[in-house]
Amino acid sequence: MKRPLRTIVTVPAKATRGQLITVRALAQHPMENGFRHNEIGQRIERDILTDFICLYNGIEVFRAKLHTGIAANPVIEFNTLAIESGELSFEWRDSDGLSTIASARIEVA
Amino acid sequence: MTIQRRNCLAWLSALGLAPHSMAFASPDQARQAIQQLVGDQTVQTGRVILDIPPLIENGNSVVMTVRVESPMTAHDYVKSVHVLAEGNPLPHILSAHFTPRSGRAHVMSRVRLAENQRVWAIALMSNGSFWRGYADTLVTTSACTEER
Amino acid sequence: MRFCLYLVLSFLIACFSHALELHQRQSSYINISPQTQAMQDDPTLNPATFWIMDGESLWAQKPSSQSPACSECHGQVITSMKGVAATFPKSVKGRLLNLDGQINHCRTTKQQQTVWPLESKALLSMSVLIANQSKGMPIVANKQPETQMALKTGEALFKQRMGQVNLSCAKCHDDRYGMRLAGSVIPQAHPTGYPIYRLEWQTVGSLQRRLRNCMNAVRAQLFEPDAPEWLHLELYLMWRARGMLIESPGVRP
Repeated sequence: MKRPLRTIVTVPAKATRGQLITVRALAQHPMENGFRHNEIGQRIERDILTDFICLYNGIEVFRAKLHTGIAANPVIEFNTLAIESGELSFEWRDSDGLSTIASARIEVA
Repeated sequence: MTIQRRNCLAWLSALGLAPHSMAFASPDQARQAIQQLVGDQTVQTGRVILDIPPLIENGNSVVMTVRVESPMTAHDYVKSVHVLAEGNPLPHILSAHFTPRSGRAHVMSRVRLAENQRVWAIALMSNGSFWRGYADTLVTTSACTEER
Repeated sequence: MRFCLYLVLSFLIACFSHALELHQRQSSYINISPQTQAMQDDPTLNPATFWIMDGESLWAQKPSSQSPACSECHGQVITSMKGVAATFPKSVKGRLLNLDGQINHCRTTKQQQTVWPLESKALLSMSVLIANQSKGMPIVANKQPETQMALKTGEALFKQRMGQVNLSCAKCHDDRYGMRLAGSVIPQAHPTGYPIYRLEWQTVGSLQRRLRNCMNAVRAQLFEPDAPEWLHLELYLMWRARGMLIESPGVRP
């Protein structure tokens, strides 16, 4: 049974209105690409994270599609404009559709 | 791996006859994948900057940054950028989708690069135009590894 | 008289010509790319941070209703384990143990549990957690009289040619550090960052796993998994790195 992922999100706690902020999300996942073999030569089944979605107070501000070419324990760093106080949520979805969501608050003055 | 052997493996793989070792993508497969993205449109070269270290110490985890030049206003912004590799088992690596609220069309991630190759980044703008950039890389590997 | 002095001096120089002074000892951190250095230095980029989190969960968790959690005997990990990893391997009640061995010793004797296998997620997580509590602290040279034989054996292993390639650790890491092998700079090979997140493994692994990679590279027959040779080598490597600062968890290619 799959456990929920461990993730780390880095969002500035405070920002000024309209400021460009940098957001970083890291997830613990082997990103098994389906091309490796075990000790007895059997192919290890593909198991990767496929989607990353960032919502800012419920509105999508960034989305990424991940493929087998993304490294294990993936990190994504991107920008968004700090337009209002509230919550940023970060969803990681895997190839089985299982979802892990982390969130962080930002105060915008 | 020579170009001929890679292409041979790619054909065998398409026929389901490939040996268990992976068939690598070829520049042609990457081109086909780009074709599927852009359709009939021409792709202009420029505005897309793909940053990958020119000499890579381990292809399992390579820091990659894509930056697309754009005012990122409500009427003129980068809709998406797609990163494709010519020499990986599968060409697609990452697609990032931006909005006018992104402020900047930058994305950083860590990617896998199987061998020395060219990596492409294709950007779709809000006006429907496509732009591209690329980076050439050299992938080294550690002297002491597990698999022999 | 002068001739004797020259003889003694030459002998001493021959003995210690490869021994590096503390200021000459260099971590392999200096050989890795700026991106990999950043990956090690920033916990929000370093995947080993997740193993630390797993370790923290295990620290607080009772393995069974009758067994104490680590925290019940040791309290907070940041106080009780501060500096501990920098003192291993060492002799504990007559047995030479590395940190993994000490963790498993607690598991069996204090918690009545079976050992965590080498390279298991649980053992690595606990090992990363504890090693991280020594980050920035100098490695302590082991001066216990009962470990000196093992230290000599470890040194002999380090200097002994092995494998089809017929190289000793010393041939590369004492004699040729700074030069290149297969596109990579040869490090002095100090174990300052273990357990490390190795890009080659795409996961966290132990010093023993890294030494297995080295022995594979020279096509040598590996020691058995529980052979004392691994411990003797680790003891020598930590002695050789004495005074250097712990970096755990390190990131390496």
